[in-house]
Amino acid sequence: MTAVTFPYLTSLVLVPAVGAAVVAIVPKKAVATWFHEALGIVVTVVTLAVAAAVLVVFKSGVGSYQMVSDHNWATGLGIHWSLGIDGISLFLVVLTAVLFPLTMLGARARRDTRSFVAWVLLLESACMGSFVSLDLILFFLFFELTLVPSYFLIGGWGFARRGYAAIKFFVYTFAGSAFLLVGIVAIAFIHQSQTGVLTFELPALMHTHLSGTEGVLLFCAFTAAFAVKAPIFPFHTWSPDAYSEAPTAGAILLVAIMAKLGTYGIIRFDLNLFPQASRTLAPILLTLATIGIVYGALVACAQRDLKRLLAYSSLAQIGFIALGTFALNSQGLSGGVLQMVNHGLVIATLFILVGWIYERRRTWQIGSLKGLQSPAPVLAGVFTLAMMASIGVPGLNGFVGEFLILIGTFVAHRWWAVVATAGVVIAAVYLLWGYQQVFHGEPTEEDAATADLTINQRLIVAPLIVLIVLLGVFPKPVLDRITPSVNRLVIHVDQVTNTPVPADLRPAVAAKAPCSLNGVHVSCSVLASVSPGAPTALKGASK
Amino acid sequence: MTTLLATAAAPTIHVPHVDYLSILPMLIMLGGALLLMLVSSLFKRIMDVRAGTVAAVVVSLAALVAALVQWDHVATHGPSVTIAGAIAYDGFDVFIQVTVSIAMLLTALVGDGYLRREGIEGPEYLVLAMVSASGAMMMGAANDLIVVFLGLEILSIALYVLAAFNHKRAESGEAALKYFVLGGFSSAVFLYGIALTYGATGTTNLVQIANYLSRNIIVHNGVLLGGLALLLVGFGFKVAAVPFHMWSPDVYEGSPSPVAGFMAAVAKAGAFAALLRIFVTSFPTVRVDWQPVVWILALLSLVLGAVVALNQRDVKRMMAYSSINHVGFILLGVEACTARGVSASLYYLFTYMFLVIGSFAVISVVAGPGDTRSQLTDYRGLAKRQPLLALAFVVLLLGQAGAPFTTGFLAKLGVIEASVSVQGYGLATVAMASAAVAAFFYLRLAATMFSPVGASGDPLDGNLPDTAPTADGTTPAATDRADGSQPVVGLQVLTDAAPSAEVEARGPVPVPPLTAVAVGTCVAFSVVFGIIPGPVIDFAHQATLLLLR
Repeated sequence: MTAVTFPYLTSLVLVPAVGAAVVAIVPKKAVATWFHEALGIVVTVVTLAVAAAVLVVFKSGVGSYQMVSDHNWATGLGIHWSLGIDGISLFLVVLTAVLFPLTMLGARARRDTRSFVAWVLLLESACMGSFVSLDLILFFLFFELTLVPSYFLIGGWGFARRGYAAIKFFVYTFAGSAFLLVGIVAIAFIHQSQTGVLTFELPALMHTHLSGTEGVLLFCAFTAAFAVKAPIFPFHTWSPDAYSEAPTAGAILLVAIMAKLGTYGIIRFDLNLFPQASRTLAPILLTLATIGIVYGALVACAQRDLKRLLAYSSLAQIGFIALGTFALNSQGLSGGVLQMVNHGLVIATLFILVGWIYERRRTWQIGSLKGLQSPAPVLAGVFTLAMMASIGVPGLNGFVGEFLILIGTFVAHRWWAVVATAGVVIAAVYLLWGYQQVFHGEPTEEDAATADLTINQRLIVAPLIVLIVLLGVFPKPVLDRITPSVNRLVIHVDQVTNTPVPADLRPAVAAKAPCSLNGVHVSCSVLASVSPGAPTALKGASK
Repeated sequence: MTTLLATAAAPTIHVPHVDYLSILPMLIMLGGALLLMLVSSLFKRIMDVRAGTVAAVVVSLAALVAALVQWDHVATHGPSVTIAGAIAYDGFDVFIQVTVSIAMLLTALVGDGYLRREGIEGPEYLVLAMVSASGAMMMGAANDLIVVFLGLEILSIALYVLAAFNHKRAESGEAALKYFVLGGFSSAVFLYGIALTYGATGTTNLVQIANYLSRNIIVHNGVLLGGLALLLVGFGFKVAAVPFHMWSPDVYEGSPSPVAGFMAAVAKAGAFAALLRIFVTSFPTVRVDWQPVVWILALLSLVLGAVVALNQRDVKRMMAYSSINHVGFILLGVEACTARGVSASLYYLFTYMFLVIGSFAVISVVAGPGDTRSQLTDYRGLAKRQPLLALAFVVLLLGQAGAPFTTGFLAKLGVIEASVSVQGYGLATVAMASAAVAAFFYLRLAATMFSPVGASGDPLDGNLPDTAPTADGTTPAATDRADGSQPVVGLQVLTDAAPSAEVEARGPVPVPPLTAVAVGTCVAFSVVFGIIPGPVIDFAHQATLLLLR
């Protein structure tokens, strides 16, 4: 450990948390009506600045955890305040930091802004904490903490069936987490029985030796929580209700960020802790992911309202991410990680737009909207772009992710990739069909009066559009940062499962030859410096 | 002949040396109670409710200070037995003294508002509570089955009377009678258990029992196991573990709300203290025989407590079942039969004490004059009328549900760790699943507080364009339930009977300042030590390290 560095990751967690506390404490009467909202936006922008600093400080090409900070937190229970970031979590952190201010600006609360802002900030803190925690219990705390603000956001500012949706959401995800907690404690004690040290830190626990049955059971316990949160078919039944009854801001944050907690959890914890079980059970998970892709797409076709359509399209997209993850190779996993970010950007844009349509028309029934293209051309244009990205049109970000995922899966598990490709086609069907219904045709009088996006709204959506296009045409800087960490994970999985490590990932070879990734050349030269023994790697990172 | 006469003529009673420091908190609590009764019967005029409260607070604080002095002594001198081996003077004992003293302090603060509202004169409420508390303290300190029984009776008899305290309510009398009959029955069972244990081991002293069992293997141990079974039944009744829980919902519902909180905190602390000490330190050698029984008790308590609570419309009954669920969690720590288990159980008892007393304090405030309004519907719109009170209650409920960054989470984590560390994966999973079920009814109560009272005349509706479903139906599913603009919270069937006009006409309920202090303390404790868990966890850990063995 060198001289004290700025605690970037701790600030990412604490800035929004402190902001939430301040917003909650300042009484309404003491300040102007806009004060709380403005303060909230300032806090999220400060967080964004910290995240940008993290992005700058982050060393490209290093696969291990960076900016690690580790303090004893609850000694008696063995919990550490252990934070770290690598290529897998980096862009999720940045995505979170980008989406929160935009959500605050683009989907404002109609009433009681003080509590709304406080809950949103607490949610940001919890999401950040989940993405950067390296201690399993700390992760679990943040993972659970996300439920409380989202419960209140859905229940307090949602639509007609908000109470029902909020409780359903909370209890479903809480029930999944029940298994996760027992699983975490179990692996920690198995580790203790082997080494004599009680710790919940991932870098230590990933070297626990598990018997086949233990591994499979623990894998199931962990995956139960993550599959519900993501959601992966068939654990998705809470999500259409929660997404459609949530207020626009809640829906954006739920789909774009919190859903990623599930898929992130699978990559970060399932693959690191239970490589053998992940490989053994991969066909099952791949099948569920594929079913999710096709089922989500088919059900989306049958939806008559835009929000539920997006909810089911999201189920299909999460299926793609899971597919890439369980391909268990470099391409698939890189694609999965990238697709998490892509999906977050695209679905956030779509939900913001749908929220604005609702503001103008008080409905999101596809049947009662028609021909919005002529009165609102900018709205239609932005919608088209985001939709195309969601379908996976080349040149936009969705393409890069989906392509990597399908390549990775095709190499490893051919037929699942073939079936999943059908999902891409169906996605084009329901999105284009929905678009036609809403934006094309002869507008009625009411439709014709629909206002286009205001200047403010254009400014809000502009960064998202820029990112969608940028990631589509020039994903290399992002992949440069993602791939080393992914490769490190793949090597870990391969070594534990006694699978030959692919030639291009072998440290000795990788040190010299740049590895090619579907035409996007990624330098893997730094891989050699990454020793597969994680504790040393962690030490290296904190230097 | 002469020698015979001499022994007959001079029967010396051996008076053991009494180390007063070892029982000081107990003495302060009991002496304070007697003094308070005496003073208030002599000076009726000046001893109003407030003076009584002040006296009880002072006595509780004195007991707390005495307990901390004890802690210092135990920490430097190590655990020991005093008074002819009848009292254990160790960290575990001191932990219980501290817990009970604080519980008594909070109960006195909450009781002040209750007594004034109900217009109850006289110090009986506080005197009985203090006597009861001293019984719980004695159970924590007891190192002899007879002393455990003594403590149990002191604790219980005062509680029987307290349960009947609100004589204006028929339910209160019914609750007390039920509690008394079942409690008396369970005491008899417990006593029989002591007798059988004595028969099997030849002693009632806990340390000697442990020594005897570690040196001898009883081949035909039917008598011992019978004794253990009866002891467990007795404790099962006292802590309200399923299937011995039948009394608790009725008693919680009928008792005055502050008493219910006291009962949930102090009676459980005392009974679990004795249970832990007896089973974990005296009978670890036969644990293969009693662990399965505790396992079943825990399993039933966890499941039944959580599931039945879902159906309750009365918040006090709901809390009763929720406390049965909590008992299941604490039994997880007992079942583990390890130092980790003891430490986790102690931590659970300590933090649950704050959560439950705070919750019942809020329930007491909301119940209003006569202590009758505790239906779920009475909580509608509480957040609108009294945001701070509602927020405090939400925090306490989330704490009980085990939400992160509250002490409730760490308590659950502790017992889960204890259970998993002895390979109790199944029970731990059931426990967490029951916590998920329990979260449902805690949240339903929270959601009820945040839902508007009625459809009409609610200021919320005016500026809520987003939440009112539009005529053309926002979503196909939403139109089914789109009954005006009234949001559906939780299970509609449970909350639909909206007494809108009546509830709204009530307006805010007054929050007595001392109750506010108590609730504030409970909330602050649960959050602060949820974020900075070290001190309390260390306290419980040290107490276990200093456990007499």
